[in-house]
Amino acid sequence: MSGHSTYNPTTGVGKWMDERLPLARLMHDSFVSYPVPRNLNAFYTFGGILMVMLVSQIISGVVIAMHYTADASLAFESVQLLRRDVAYGGLLQNWHAVGASFFFVAVYVHIFRGLYYGSYKAPREVLWILGVVIYLLMMATAFMGYVLPWGQMSYWGAKVITGFFTAIPLVGGVVTEYLLGGYNVGNATLTRFYSLHYLLPFMITGVVILHVWALHVTGQTNPTGVEVKSKQDVIPFTPYATIKDALALVVFMLVMCYFVFYLPDYLGHADNYIPADPLKTPAHIVPEWYFLPFYAILRAVDFNIGIPFTEIVLIDSKLGGVLAMFGAIAVLFFVPWLDSSDVRSTNYRPMYKIFFWLFVINSIFLGYLGSRPAEGIWIPLTKVSTFWYFFHFLAVMPLMGLFEKTTPRPASITDAVLASSEGAGAPQVAGTTAEAEKRG
Amino acid sequence: MSEHGNSDVKRRDFLYVATGAAGAVAVGGIVWPLVSQLGPNARERAAGAPVEVDVSEIEPGQSITVIWRGAPYFVRHLTEEEVTAARGAAEGEYRDYVPADERMAKAEGGEAEWAIVAANCTHLGCIPTKVETSGLDGWICPCHGSKFDVTGRVTKGPAPTNLPLPPFAFAAEDKLVIGADAA
Repeated sequence: MSGHSTYNPTTGVGKWMDERLPLARLMHDSFVSYPVPRNLNAFYTFGGILMVMLVSQIISGVVIAMHYTADASLAFESVQLLRRDVAYGGLLQNWHAVGASFFFVAVYVHIFRGLYYGSYKAPREVLWILGVVIYLLMMATAFMGYVLPWGQMSYWGAKVITGFFTAIPLVGGVVTEYLLGGYNVGNATLTRFYSLHYLLPFMITGVVILHVWALHVTGQTNPTGVEVKSKQDVIPFTPYATIKDALALVVFMLVMCYFVFYLPDYLGHADNYIPADPLKTPAHIVPEWYFLPFYAILRAVDFNIGIPFTEIVLIDSKLGGVLAMFGAIAVLFFVPWLDSSDVRSTNYRPMYKIFFWLFVINSIFLGYLGSRPAEGIWIPLTKVSTFWYFFHFLAVMPLMGLFEKTTPRPASITDAVLASSEGAGAPQVAGTTAEAEKRG
Repeated sequence: MSEHGNSDVKRRDFLYVATGAAGAVAVGGIVWPLVSQLGPNARERAAGAPVEVDVSEIEPGQSITVIWRGAPYFVRHLTEEEVTAARGAAEGEYRDYVPADERMAKAEGGEAEWAIVAANCTHLGCIPTKVETSGLDGWICPCHGSKFDVTGRVTKGPAPTNLPLPPFAFAAEDKLVIGADAA
């Protein structure tokens, strides 16, 4: 959508290179002259933050891997050695562990932003699906990374998660043995998780490149959901979006640094400072916070599903829970086709807006439920909350578009911007806006 | 056009199919070792031999944990009270009912009743904690709240089946072999 490249190499070396490998041109077209809608708000900065987080995790990870030993009898020690005896080792390890949490903070804001502004709607379905693939890879990477310190939560987390695969009918046992490399979680499991934990971030990088490519083919959405119609609707990525992304990144990093320096273990579990013991289950196994909603969904299915009034069990409670959990992620792939509304932005869908925020609250509540023990009132609440999660995707999204009354959308992005700046007491005519933007 | 009657099949077609088949065999040959290496290695398999346990020291009401193939197993000496409770329990309380006697074992000539069950919850593999109060309740899983009776039969929670019974045999009255077939 950027049309012709505006890259114009001035130096001799630049020209020479441009005729052979136009990498600088690609970068210029993608991150300098690339046009973005002029009305992007702060929620649109999280894509850039995520890119920085990915790089930050790779750099800190490569560095701490130099001190790590992937061996069941040495792994725990090696992490302690890193934390205590390696120069800045404690800082680097905290940066990597807290960074994983903040990576997920950013990805959740990014996903909810996409859901709110309908960023998954045509023609951005592939862009959305690539995003879900990245999210899945992130979860696999984070899970395997959490196993590496080989503490109690590492071990038992691995045990519970790999236990999912035993739910597969008929071949579950063999599949799990091949996954673990033994009859139980052990050294073979640790070494393969280490290998894959190192590999997956680079696969994520690959999919991120596709994700950005797809984004640059369709162009960004914006809070109005109205497509870019004229040159007045856009501003160049650099300096406008670059500066905005940088500001957001600084604020985000400030919060993250507060955690790294003052609350490094706040988002973790004390039990992971106890070396893994295959014979002692921690009193309360909980995954990291970013998996809690799915953990709650896993536990919500504690009943067998069969043919009513017979003893025949079609799906036992274990398989049911695992299917529900994977289903909760899989349903995201189908969101572009589940939403029947052709209005992109939730801003113009007053009814859906209520349900959207209900969904956000419910998702957070599911996370809270995932952190509670499976007993008493938490069990029925988990079931209701899980039901609502699926109800939103499978009933609210498909039906809402058929019945709701939407409010009128602006004719263009520029119209929307002018309308809001008039409201703020700054009347402008369309022709002068670009000028004002530059001075501002 | 071929001189043969079946003019549709050409020599080229045969070559395509043969090349494709050879390619499939080659891919299979490459993938097979890549997948096989994921399985338990030879040392791991060898370490899976049966283990012998001296059970003479276990008093009624006590339970010990024995490791076989890297996984723990409970060996529980049942009290008379527990045996009666397990036998008398109503079928309706169980999700995966089997008679109590199929879940308990006695050494030949021995008096003691034993429950020998896998110590990993059938839900997701956590180790259930022993319930110390005497009665029907045997173990409760700390992870997701599954409950098992003294013979390892599931009564509550997300666990779909009873704690599995490992293959085992009594070599003598106080010598239990886990991993050996009872034959």
